[in-house]
Amino acid sequence: MTKIKSLDELRKKKQQLEQNLEIREKSDHPESLVQIKVAMATCGIASGARTVMNALVEKIRNDKIPAVVTQTGCMGYCYAEPTVEVKKPGHDPVVFSYVDVKKAEEIIDKYIKNNELLDGILPANYQTI
Amino acid sequence: MNDLALHLLDIVQNSLSAGATLITIIVNEDLLKNKLCIKVKDNGRGMTEEQVKKLSDPFFTSRTTRRVGLGVPLLRQTAEQSGGRLKVTSQPGEGTTLEVHFQHDHIDRPPLGDIANAVVLMMSANPLVDFKYTYTYNGKSYEVDTVELKEVLGDTPLSDLHIMGMIEEMIKTNQTDLKVCQFE
Repeated sequence: MTKIKSLDELRKKKQQLEQNLEIREKSDHPESLVQIKVAMATCGIASGARTVMNALVEKIRNDKIPAVVTQTGCMGYCYAEPTVEVKKPGHDPVVFSYVDVKKAEEIIDKYIKNNELLDGILPANYQTI
Repeated sequence: MNDLALHLLDIVQNSLSAGATLITIIVNEDLLKNKLCIKVKDNGRGMTEEQVKKLSDPFFTSRTTRRVGLGVPLLRQTAEQSGGRLKVTSQPGEGTTLEVHFQHDHIDRPPLGDIANAVVLMMSANPLVDFKYTYTYNGKSYEVDTVELKEVLGDTPLSDLHIMGMIEEMIKTNQTDLKVCQFE
């Protein structure tokens, strides 16, 4: 497959994707999407937040989950970085701590898909039974 | 921080916190002059002269979530240990420019890292901010900006994960071509 090099090629590729319905019309209903925020201040980045963000993006793309991944600054949990906040439609946001690639996949498989909570939720007094 | 792309992600976070709506990122690799320069310019709220002076102090931060601010001090240290320097100029209400220079072949200079990935993550995660990214290699440049990208994409947001992959591929292909063309 040829690689995209110009804006024109990007436009054509995007049109192809739209025809295959791989692109969802997200901009119309952002509230209907799972919103994932990765904390990316110095503490988060130094602890591996970029690797986590890339893993989340990859998994969401492969599993075709209606979600949007954004970044945020320091939430004050520097000791527990990388942290990821997940807001499912109709639910309160949940912050997961010490997230690595494995845990990022678990967040998607267990929490986002099955509503099952994981250990390591902030504030730290939370524990799954 | 293992590479300069991570520092870039970190520094741009400062611009975002300062309310910037346009962030210009310039990466210039000049092997002939043995220099590597990264410049981040924003139109955020800017800083006073006093605040700029305090930037190298790790115990200074404008944030309230914690009492330390390590982003700029870490980058300055990395630059200085690689035969380079860091310079910040700012005007309240006008924005800030951060420029960091490295000796390209210095043994202590961290690798540039995956700059294209860092730029795409920033673009997609901050759809309300415009980014202009220029990569120059030995005088030849490649430029991409979100205004053009948004025009091409129409209703499809930059945060669409398929689109992110396509933009990253486009930037990487063009950056690689700049290098390949010069060695042919």
